[in-house]
Amino acid sequence: MISLSHFLVLGGILFCLSVAGIFLNRKNVIILLMSIELMLLAVNMNFVAFSHFHGDTAGQIFVFFILTVAAAEAAIGLAILITLFRNRRTINVGELDNLNG
Amino acid sequence: MDKVYLILALAPLVGAVIAGLFGKKIGRSGAHWATIIGVTISFVLSLVVFNHIILNDAPTYNATVYQWLLSDGINFEIGFLVDELTATMLIVVTFVSLMVHIYTIGYMHDDPGYQRFFSYISLFTFSMLMLVMANNFMQLFFGWEAVGLVSYLLIGFWYKKPTAIYANLKAFLVNRVGDFGFLLGIAAILMYFGSLDYVEVFAGAEGHAQTTIEIFPGVEWSLMTVVCILLFVGAMGKSAQVPLHVWLPDSMEGPTPISALIHAATMVTAGIFMVSRMSPLFEWSETALSVVLVVGAITALFMAFLGLIQNDIKRVIAYSTLSQLGYMTVALGVSAYSAAMFHLMTHAFFKALLFLAAGSVIMAMHHEQDMRKMGGLRKKMPITYWTALIGSLALMGIPPFAGFFSKDTIIEAVGASTIAGSGFAYFAVIAGVFITAFYSMRLLFLTFHGKPRMDQHTLDHVKESPKVVTVPLILLAIPSVFAGWIALSGMPFGEYFGDSITIFDSHNGLAIAKEMHGGDPWHFLTHGIMTLPFWLVIAAIATAWVLYIAKPEWPSIIKDRLSIIHRILDDAYGIDRLYYAVFAKGSQLLGKGFSSVGDARLIDGIMVNGTANSIERFAGVARRLQTGFLYHYAFAMIIGLLVLVGWVLYGHLG
Amino acid sequence: MAIEPVIFYFFAVVLVATSVAVITVPNSVHAVLFLVLAFFTSAGLWLLLEAEFLAITLVLVYVGAVMVLFLFVVMMLDINFEPTREGFIKNLPIGIIVALIMVVEIILVVWPNFGLENYAAPAQQIAGYSNTKELGLVLYTVYLYAFELAAAILLLAIVAAIMLTLRRRPNSKYQDISEQVLAKKKDRLRIVKMESSPKAAPTSVQESEGGVEQ
Repeated sequence: MISLSHFLVLGGILFCLSVAGIFLNRKNVIILLMSIELMLLAVNMNFVAFSHFHGDTAGQIFVFFILTVAAAEAAIGLAILITLFRNRRTINVGELDNLNG
Repeated sequence: MDKVYLILALAPLVGAVIAGLFGKKIGRSGAHWATIIGVTISFVLSLVVFNHIILNDAPTYNATVYQWLLSDGINFEIGFLVDELTATMLIVVTFVSLMVHIYTIGYMHDDPGYQRFFSYISLFTFSMLMLVMANNFMQLFFGWEAVGLVSYLLIGFWYKKPTAIYANLKAFLVNRVGDFGFLLGIAAILMYFGSLDYVEVFAGAEGHAQTTIEIFPGVEWSLMTVVCILLFVGAMGKSAQVPLHVWLPDSMEGPTPISALIHAATMVTAGIFMVSRMSPLFEWSETALSVVLVVGAITALFMAFLGLIQNDIKRVIAYSTLSQLGYMTVALGVSAYSAAMFHLMTHAFFKALLFLAAGSVIMAMHHEQDMRKMGGLRKKMPITYWTALIGSLALMGIPPFAGFFSKDTIIEAVGASTIAGSGFAYFAVIAGVFITAFYSMRLLFLTFHGKPRMDQHTLDHVKESPKVVTVPLILLAIPSVFAGWIALSGMPFGEYFGDSITIFDSHNGLAIAKEMHGGDPWHFLTHGIMTLPFWLVIAAIATAWVLYIAKPEWPSIIKDRLSIIHRILDDAYGIDRLYYAVFAKGSQLLGKGFSSVGDARLIDGIMVNGTANSIERFAGVARRLQTGFLYHYAFAMIIGLLVLVGWVLYGHLG
Repeated sequence: MAIEPVIFYFFAVVLVATSVAVITVPNSVHAVLFLVLAFFTSAGLWLLLEAEFLAITLVLVYVGAVMVLFLFVVMMLDINFEPTREGFIKNLPIGIIVALIMVVEIILVVWPNFGLENYAAPAQQIAGYSNTKELGLVLYTVYLYAFELAAAILLLAIVAAIMLTLRRRPNSKYQDISEQVLAKKKDRLRIVKMESSPKAAPTSVQESEGGVEQ
């Protein structure tokens, strides 16, 4: 039978993959954003699984709000990305070092 | 009577506020009318109070008017204690103040700061009334500081004159030294008696008579001695006793009316009044009384010497004031508080008279104060001359003028005293009599007799002063003549002061002195003529006549022969120079030291700039961590997460 | 053999594979498409967990809106992706190591603690049960304020996105209301004194007639 652990491990693997994605594609902002979406998906996976096995809808409500905020975040992130590209003609993170101390 | 006391104290304040804040609107005459009416009200009410308390023998009034605050069981109040002592002071203060107000109309006639001046002297009257009517130490301290403040303002009245500014700063600083002692004394009283109220403190005095305190480890001091000496330090500052006397001669930089009011008649006697008021405390400490006695004796004698060689007419009177304050302090030291108050009263009259007469001369001489440039004014200014003569005779102690009675009472009390230091004090006051008489006559001879030594232009313009000046002179001359005769049997020798002064039988010099003549003025007079002081006065007058009228060339010869002594006296024993070198230069050095080491190097160098520099250095290192690359921050976050999870796991599994 | 493990493992494998593809494929368009697939498989897994409403929402909102937005951006911007691949190979070992350590750590935490012996599989819901209704009942009562806040956040996101990407064009026309309100009569109207009966030459009359201007 499928236990809670299965889902949690799957979420963990997803999370680690997205972390690895941030490592590997560190110059590409779009992939970075997508990795963050993937990360949120992993978290949501855990929430839904917990909700199911505890018989408590609160976990699903959480996911609902996470989806909302993630949508907002994606919208603003992409808007910033567009503005950035318009001003610098690049999305290469390696060239964005204005905060260099 | 509550209302009477309240109005008595507040009327001058109202006058001062009107003249001070609305001076421009009400003009010159408005200002002097407002303040004079205020002081007149006070004077009339003082007469009422005098009649009530002393003539009708009413019980002592002691009540709280207003409670300021109550903190930790300690009451801070405004209240009035009116007994015989206060009633006497009220008369003296308001009478002299009223005279000075009237006189000022003439003296300050052309001064641009007319309204300001009236406001100040009225404010002074208010402060002095608060001081003498206080029924607790808090209010006493308020009055004490307030008169000090007004004195400061008035010495520096001509604030464009550098010497005046120097003098008022000096007066203020020297008074701070005294006030510091005074404040410590009050603090000690509060600490051990737990109250600021006179009656409660006096009642507790006996219980603390044997109390000892240990300020430095291993040294035990009697509480009463410490408290009394600290309080007396305050009196030394305000009443200009050696070594805190240096401010009084310099205070003559102020206008003459305030020299008369503040620096001769009233404020400087605040110390004398205060010690008399504290007699229930001082009586418990013979050590403190000895200190008072010796300080007073030194002041009485050595300050009189300085009067001998002064050429400024006001400075002569200033040094004579110092000397006479010394007499009063001596009287306090031998527990003859009533004699001190007696002399305080007569002195207030004749010293105010002398100052105002000197002011009259100065006005006539177009603000020339050097006696060497005067002479022969007797015919030109008859009223001024005769009143000044009365004042001088009273000061010298010629019977039957007021000063004779008060001064001889003090001398007799000192002679009868057995307290430590009374031998020296007796010599000092006897010698002081001769010197006082000598410089008084010198002043009279140089100013009013002999040949005129001023230029022809000035001589032609010398004329008697206007009525506003001469009337106060005459009014002050009257008590200078009669006050001593009238008050002698009651004030020092009778029951005049009632319970307001405490004297223990063990050192009651006055009682012994009374046995010689019974306190009757006529017997006192006849007895006085037979004693040494009277003949010393006669001798001094003769000497002065020889030196300044008969042989005017002799003084300069003597001056050359005794040039060392003259130089010492001219230098006022070098005390000023000593203070300047030690305290002024010392604090300057200290200040410079703090400024260069403490402020520039320690605070600015190490604390302020040092903090900035170390932060800059640290930031210089830390900024290398901030690459500005997003993935570096992300990497740091992930590593942090990894370590955190590892740590938690280690706790669970390991 | 029950059908659930089969479905689970199938979807899990697809999900992991697409995730790996998302972070490794060189072309961003492909990455977005793989991510879409990952969301789809996730939705399938959530259906297995009886979270029907969220599964549908994930497909509709995420795949239908957010991922399409990603696609738009990737395709619209003329991005040269070549430089962004720099260091991919160099970072591969450390990325794998970090990911592996994390996976091991997570499995160490999760596997022994959340098995069936700790959390038994819940009973099946009865027929006619509506997950959507259940969520709605809670969402609009207990979580009402949070729900309103979420709405405000979305509005904020809209405004922010528009403001960030808005470009003012030089030839666009608009009203300045405050300028209009502040306008005074004397700014617009000039009154010129004129003789009522012309005395001067006709030419000057002509001029003064044109004196009142807008």
